[in-house]
Amino acid sequence: MSADHGSAVGDPHGTPLVVRSLGLVPYEDALEQQRALVAARQAGDTPDHLLLLEHPAVITVGVSGRGHSEHLLVSRAYLAEHGIDIHDVARGGDITYHGPGQIVGYPVMSLKPDRCDVRRYVSDLEEVLIRTAACFGVTAGRVAGMTGVWVGNEKLAAIGVRLSRWVTSHGFALNVATNLDHFRFIVPCGLERRGVTSLQRLLPTPPSLREVELALATEFASVFDRRVIP
Amino acid sequence: MPTDVLMPQMGESIAEGTIVRWVKNVGESIERDEPLFEISTDKVDAEIPSPAAGVVAQIRAQVGETVPVNSVVAVIGNQGEQIPAASAQVEVAEPVRLPAVSPLDTTAARPSRVAAAPRLSPLVRRLAAEHGIDPSCVNGTGEDGRVTRADVLAYVARRHSDSSDADTAAVGTSPLGETSEPLGVMRRFIAERMVASRRTAAHVHTVFDVDFSRVAARRASVSGGTRAPGYLAHIAKAVSDALVAMPVVNASLRADSVVYPRHVNLGIAVALEWGLIVPVIKAVESLSVEDIDAAIVDLSTRARAKQLAPDEVEGGTFTITNPGVFGSVYGLPIINQPQSAILCVGVIEKRPVVVDDAVVARLRSYLTLGFDHRLIDGAVADRFMVRVRDSLEERSL
Repeated sequence: MSADHGSAVGDPHGTPLVVRSLGLVPYEDALEQQRALVAARQAGDTPDHLLLLEHPAVITVGVSGRGHSEHLLVSRAYLAEHGIDIHDVARGGDITYHGPGQIVGYPVMSLKPDRCDVRRYVSDLEEVLIRTAACFGVTAGRVAGMTGVWVGNEKLAAIGVRLSRWVTSHGFALNVATNLDHFRFIVPCGLERRGVTSLQRLLPTPPSLREVELALATEFASVFDRRVIP
Repeated sequence: MPTDVLMPQMGESIAEGTIVRWVKNVGESIERDEPLFEISTDKVDAEIPSPAAGVVAQIRAQVGETVPVNSVVAVIGNQGEQIPAASAQVEVAEPVRLPAVSPLDTTAARPSRVAAAPRLSPLVRRLAAEHGIDPSCVNGTGEDGRVTRADVLAYVARRHSDSSDADTAAVGTSPLGETSEPLGVMRRFIAERMVASRRTAAHVHTVFDVDFSRVAARRASVSGGTRAPGYLAHIAKAVSDALVAMPVVNASLRADSVVYPRHVNLGIAVALEWGLIVPVIKAVESLSVEDIDAAIVDLSTRARAKQLAPDEVEGGTFTITNPGVFGSVYGLPIINQPQSAILCVGVIEKRPVVVDDAVVARLRSYLTLGFDHRLIDGAVADRFMVRVRDSLEERSL
């Protein structure tokens, strides 16, 4: 994706950003890629990256989700029968679902020197997602105290982030054409009585994943003052 | 000398953090910059490196505990080093730890600060007390990070000059007599939207001088008892017809394509005491002038009463703003993203104009179209405005 994106995207004076569209990637493989990128980024061996991809169906439990087993509504055995993996991961946030039709974004970038503020980082990610939704005519917003991007009472995108020495990993998950039925296995992010939604559900003619990825890359570069490089 | 490990401040507005995991336990050795513990704030999990090499001598905050920023959560000592008794005493004196601490609960922050006290000379301690400051807040530049007299004086000077100091931020007044208050949600939203639009769109403006005599005559001809639709309703109708005729002005740029909405959804900017809101009249192309007038009255009334439903401010495809009601002659508005154009109505007033070589008084107004040159060229914008003008002036197209 980066190649045909050209250098016209984003702030011409901004920090370089590599955007990669990776297609369907197993959760473990994506974790490993992130680990390697984080180490390289910390060492200054590589520029900032935004990885855009899909996962095969998987449920992940973040740091604040441990000990909230009631947020997983079915047994692990039942999930295995349905071909859904489950992982404990070292990111913020509770429990969430990833699967085909959902664009997962993993920014691996250094917030130094001028963006060392976790609240600002999360809010900036929300801004990227809100603007992306707006590109397709969907008005999404924030809900005070509840990280993520919402359309009314329903969550369109989830956020869970990890920082090590101000290098980011994990990130966001935007429901484009996700099978929303799979969310019934969990209480997303530990929030009861709030639903999930997708661009497909909200729009008569939903955009393709590729269109959404392009919009995400563009808005990401704009919000974070990055210049997309090949 | 042992090194205190502090709960880091992970952002300007962040007052506390929760310990999620200790990567090292008491007695384990650690390198400088090696991960020591993990914390969680909001939905972010962060790995915190050790500030020094040595041995983890003490862990003062347990997993699950939420503690204020800058409080001591651990102490790193040298191999085989005895940790000063004073520090240990604090642990004894403070055996009960609250599971969660609110950021305003300053008493909870104190025990950890007391721990720093033994490293002060009596002079420095007295100086700090005189100025009413907590020595543990001061960055020490002396031997082994010891706080010196100069450090305290520098801190006092900085505190007086820095209005963003944590202590004064909440109060909202600076030594210069300025006052500050946190940005409200709506203000912040407007600020972000406006700057984003300026950054995104290639703004160009074109101004047309439009005669409202015919509209005035039509309004005057409405028989008594029924409300004559306002000027804004007539303008909205003319704009809507022009948008149907020239869909590109109603379109928006999305990534690498042009999106043409099915309807004309007209946003009408409404000034509020506390900001600005843009309720949207949906599918305005199917409405009469009377319907549009009723919708404008209804939406602006409910906007001021804060009674709009979320879907009534969404999905606009074009916006009209009317600063003319405040006396503005003409405006150069910012486009409401992701729309591509916005019409600004100046004051409608009688002005001298030349008609058939005679100067006469005519009811006129300057209408400005702000448009995004990425999508709409100047000639297209002007053709659009000619349509709006001719429709209001009842000239044949």
